[in-house]
Amino acid sequence: MNAPQRSAFDGAGLAGRPVYELRGVAKSYARRSIHALDRVDLTLTEGSFSSVIGPSGCGKSTLLKIMAGVLPPTEGSVYLEGTPVTGTRRDIGMMFQQATLFPWRTTLENIVLPIEIRDGKKAARAMHDEARALLDLVGLKGFDAVRPNELSGGMAQRAAICRMLITKPAVLLLDEPFSALDELSRDFMNMELQRICMERNATAFLVTHSIPEAVILSDTVYVMSPRPGSFVEAIKIDLPRPRTLDMMTDPKFGEYVRRIRARLDKGAFL
Amino acid sequence: MTAIDNTDQRPETIWSEHVSFMDRIPRTIAMAGLLVGFVALWQLIYTIGVVSPIILPGPWETGADIVFVGKNLLSGGYMLTALWITIKEVIFGFAIAITIGFLLGVLVGETTFGERAVLPYLVAIDTMPKVAFAPLFLAWLGFGIASKVALAAFIATFPIVVGTAAGLYVADENARMLFKTMGASRFQTLFKMKLPLGLPQIFTGLKIAAVGVMAGAITGEFLGGGKGFGELIRVASSQLNTPRVFSLIIFLSLLGLTLFWSVVWLEKKLVFWHKSSVSGGIGT
Repeated sequence: MNAPQRSAFDGAGLAGRPVYELRGVAKSYARRSIHALDRVDLTLTEGSFSSVIGPSGCGKSTLLKIMAGVLPPTEGSVYLEGTPVTGTRRDIGMMFQQATLFPWRTTLENIVLPIEIRDGKKAARAMHDEARALLDLVGLKGFDAVRPNELSGGMAQRAAICRMLITKPAVLLLDEPFSALDELSRDFMNMELQRICMERNATAFLVTHSIPEAVILSDTVYVMSPRPGSFVEAIKIDLPRPRTLDMMTDPKFGEYVRRIRARLDKGAFL
Repeated sequence: MTAIDNTDQRPETIWSEHVSFMDRIPRTIAMAGLLVGFVALWQLIYTIGVVSPIILPGPWETGADIVFVGKNLLSGGYMLTALWITIKEVIFGFAIAITIGFLLGVLVGETTFGERAVLPYLVAIDTMPKVAFAPLFLAWLGFGIASKVALAAFIATFPIVVGTAAGLYVADENARMLFKTMGASRFQTLFKMKLPLGLPQIFTGLKIAAVGVMAGAITGEFLGGGKGFGELIRVASSQLNTPRVFSLIIFLSLLGLTLFWSVVWLEKKLVFWHKSSVSGGIGT
């Protein structure tokens, strides 16, 4: 593989260029006096894959919204590529549980939608070749004129990956992207996600409820405590890349899963 | 001997799917059959003579009158003039209802002010029997076409408001979040996402409005000064010319169907991606 050799410590910021930095980010909703997020520090280095795992209502989605520039933090700072995040940016790519492709647009038109929104229709048309190359990357070659309702769930999420990548984002924020898929497709798509991230040396941050998914994909898994949400442990996953689904039967893999589960159980929120 | 010893033979079918009679006959035949049955029943009641012909004329009588009215319309007679007036009332009324209904719907569905302040008033007015406003429109706008247009528009506006507002609520959290992360303006979010997603609901409103606008125009004519088809019906009715009333209603319903199907046609063109875009249409 021509992907750069990555050590398990990449995610901890010991090696690699920091791309995304959160310093003491906290969020409270004054009106409802809810303390959602408590001083989160996070550094994502270039080409690293990190996951955050935690119970429902631990502030994961609040964290992700702050990282995406949709929600301002109450305290702390967020930096992407050295410039503060003060709103949504084209160099932040995001993916959701649902593909959310619009049925009146072809797959290709859906993929260039972020360009159309930011730069207009003409710029979007100019990106069609780029979009086709991305379809090729995710294994949807020749699907450009197909309407989204003819795509399967997994194919739709592949198209959503293309839409996320079209703006050439510096960081990928993944909000449980494959959790609506059946388990077989989900495992397969996770491996595809790894391949795509490695091919593009992408910096990715995944929010998930699945411990095995977090372990198989990540260099670092952050375990989050419930409200107010904060990272209680950062677990480095020392498994070689590229990861394979076979590794899930590896005793080392099982050890990581056990450790994370124990950490989550300790908070007695499962 | 094993339990299964005759595997080479096909087992006797003891229970299979039963296809009902109605599932096997084509739609057109079913519709035609029902019509024939209805007319036969009508003829029967007429022949027995339990109902006075003034109240219920026979099918032949009515059929002959339909031909008469049709001829008058085709030859450009006074009935065509009347029909044209009703068409104008309906089209103007519908156009006004679409414009006001759409704008109010966007106001209610898109702004907090609209939802909090405007919507309660709209609901209050909508619950009133709108036909009761007809004398007011007559007093304000006179006996001409304007009062009929106003009543037609008044009745047809509310379903469009409701449809548009409901359509704007269709967009789920994912779609909203996606547009936020793409840095879309409110205008872009509305026109590139919320309105297209809400088109099925908007068209549901339009279809209800298309029916209401006809009712509004005819009611307006009944109440005074009308020169359209409604007036012809009123006159025929006062002369106890029941076959004429029936045939006028049939031609009027053709106008209503044309309007309704125009909306359905437009829906199929615009909302080709939605499953229920064939709703209200005949066939597929």
